[in-house]
Amino acid sequence: MATLFDKLWQAHRIAAAGRGQDLIHIDRILLHDLSGARALGEVAEKGYRVPHPELAFATPDHAVATAPGRTAETFARGAAGVAMLRDGANRHGIRLFDLGQDGQGIVHVMGPELGIVLPGLTVVCGDSHTCTNGGLGALAFGVGSSELTHALATQTLRLAKPKSMRVRFDGAFPPGTTAKDAVLHAIGALGTGAGAGYAIEWAGSAVRALPVEQRLTLCNLSIEMGARMGFIAPDETVFDWIAGRDFAPKGAAWDAALAAWRALRSDDDARFDADHAIDAGGIAPQVTWGTSPEHVIAVDAPIPAPDAAPDEARRKAWADALAYQGLAPGRPLAGTAVDWVFIGSCTNARLSDLREAAAIVRGRRVAEGVSAWVVPGSVRVKQAAEAEGLDRVFREAGFDWREPGCSLCVAANGEAVPPGARCVSTSNRNFVGRQGKDARTHLASPAMAAAAAVTGRITDIRRPF
Amino acid sequence: MEPFTAVTGPAAPLLRANIDTDVIIRVERLVGTTRESMGAHAFEIWRLRPDGSEDPEFVLNRKEFRGAPILLAGANFGCGSSREGAVWALAGMGVRAVIAPSFSDIFRNNAFQNGLLPVVLDETTVRAIAAQVEAAPGNARVTVDLERQVVIAPDGSAHPFAIDPARREALLAGLDDIGLTLRAADAIAAWQRADRAARPWAWPAAPQQRT
Ligand code: SF4
Repeated sequence: MATLFDKLWQAHRIAAAGRGQDLIHIDRILLHDLSGARALGEVAEKGYRVPHPELAFATPDHAVATAPGRTAETFARGAAGVAMLRDGANRHGIRLFDLGQDGQGIVHVMGPELGIVLPGLTVVCGDSHTCTNGGLGALAFGVGSSELTHALATQTLRLAKPKSMRVRFDGAFPPGTTAKDAVLHAIGALGTGAGAGYAIEWAGSAVRALPVEQRLTLCNLSIEMGARMGFIAPDETVFDWIAGRDFAPKGAAWDAALAAWRALRSDDDARFDADHAIDAGGIAPQVTWGTSPEHVIAVDAPIPAPDAAPDEARRKAWADALAYQGLAPGRPLAGTAVDWVFIGSCTNARLSDLREAAAIVRGRRVAEGVSAWVVPGSVRVKQAAEAEGLDRVFREAGFDWREPGCSLCVAANGEAVPPGARCVSTSNRNFVGRQGKDARTHLASPAMAAAAAVTGRITDIRRPF
Repeated sequence: MEPFTAVTGPAAPLLRANIDTDVIIRVERLVGTTRESMGAHAFEIWRLRPDGSEDPEFVLNRKEFRGAPILLAGANFGCGSSREGAVWALAGMGVRAVIAPSFSDIFRNNAFQNGLLPVVLDETTVRAIAAQVEAAPGNARVTVDLERQVVIAPDGSAHPFAIDPARREALLAGLDDIGLTLRAADAIAAWQRADRAARPWAWPAAPQQRT
């Protein structure tokens, strides 16, 4: 009768906490140079200590430059945050994966990669895309600054239990359709508010068939559908992927883990508060046309007209979005000229993402007038890609090959898409100004971004180009 | 956190509605300012004239209300952004309780986290207390008694107020949410002991101590 979510919640519930909340144990705390640095300072200022430094892990990623040879000072305004993170980690005895060190990377990339995040764990970070880790079957979610301080000082949180939602992708994804396309499609169909107040279990045969890194991509956008938590029941694919990673359990602990993890699934007769089914076979490569992740269509579908919007609020939002993006309704996005391409972020900067992009780029050149960046998600991703020669594929084609960090996903690090420029981006947010003032963002998969880079326009990878 | 039992003193009347967190503390003051020193910048938009000198007309600059531990305010106090700095600024200038017809939810929550008591009384009562204060500035005293859950006006009249029992208890004991949770430290530790046995795989080894 129980959902996976019920089981994860119950397994971490220490006691009732009043005000309709439960006291929930937090198994891992991830810290970055903005929210993490502040929370560590706050714990000290309030006179508390961190009782379990072995359960917290820190790395700088947000406000750091990604130019080759960068240091914390390269982006001067970010240096204070990095310094605070170093001080705090040092003071409390927390492991830090610093710039230039093995393990550093975007926090949601390095956590799974080092085996810090495991199935069945509760994981928090002061960052809304913490839900990425749900791809491993963890209950992972972003928290605000006072919650993060609370978690550091008590190893718990006071939480009201969200409702449960299941979204199933039945069938199989067609060639050219990735987890990124699937989740963008779901957000387009259900809306960015659909998941608010819910924990989402992503399920169905098409999801079961996804490799781990694609599962992380899928869960990454749970928050763009409004859900703080999104996860996939872990299976042998996940367990094989985790085995042997730095912080993964070993020996007898591994055997105990496997036994526990195999029970992490919703019962067949489990009831969800909301349940959606989507035909995986009908999903084409997706590209956003507007300024919200729900402003998304298949690459060959016509850009919608505001007059076709279901209500007045959306009619206005669609018209504003089209004006900001400099687009007219009626035509498909395919063929639209682009100025920038960004392959990176916690959504799509893992090794398999770079391989998919490189497969398109190999033997081609970045189109005249296009600036194209590849920002690997972590030091490990970068090294593995270089060992396969992917960096050469990108560099020879005219891409910038950079150091790990958030970079153009957030433009809070001195790196930005210029005003008015149109960028195809593998990241997760196309909000107004997200990639830089007046920058125009089109979210897409790594292969679609790579194709845009080499053709200079938004391109349907299912057709010859 | 400083426990809150009862506070008696001057009450500064600032009866505008919708006093937002931007007015309470300017966003530039949130960076590079410690919590403690934020009090000096509270309400600076109203407290200072364009040339930087104090505006003697502004209520919090009047000598009878300087350092007043109680603020009488209009409805929807603390609306706007979620910044906790608004509470720090008030606490930094010595305010222990704000009496108003209503508060923004986030401000209220932040206030409880920092030992500042938000008291909800109906608008007529707040105005009546303010009138008594203005009738005898410098002499009028107001008491906010959390133990008995009443506000005593300068004329001696008592006005009961409601408060969530858990919030009240936490304030009386001087506990924020962290402090409150840490009262369950034994339960947490017991849970963790059992968990280490049940899920040894969930507990990584402690990092090696730096030498
Ligand atoms: S890559 Fe972007 S979305 Fe991901 S953590 Fe960094 S800023 Fe946030």
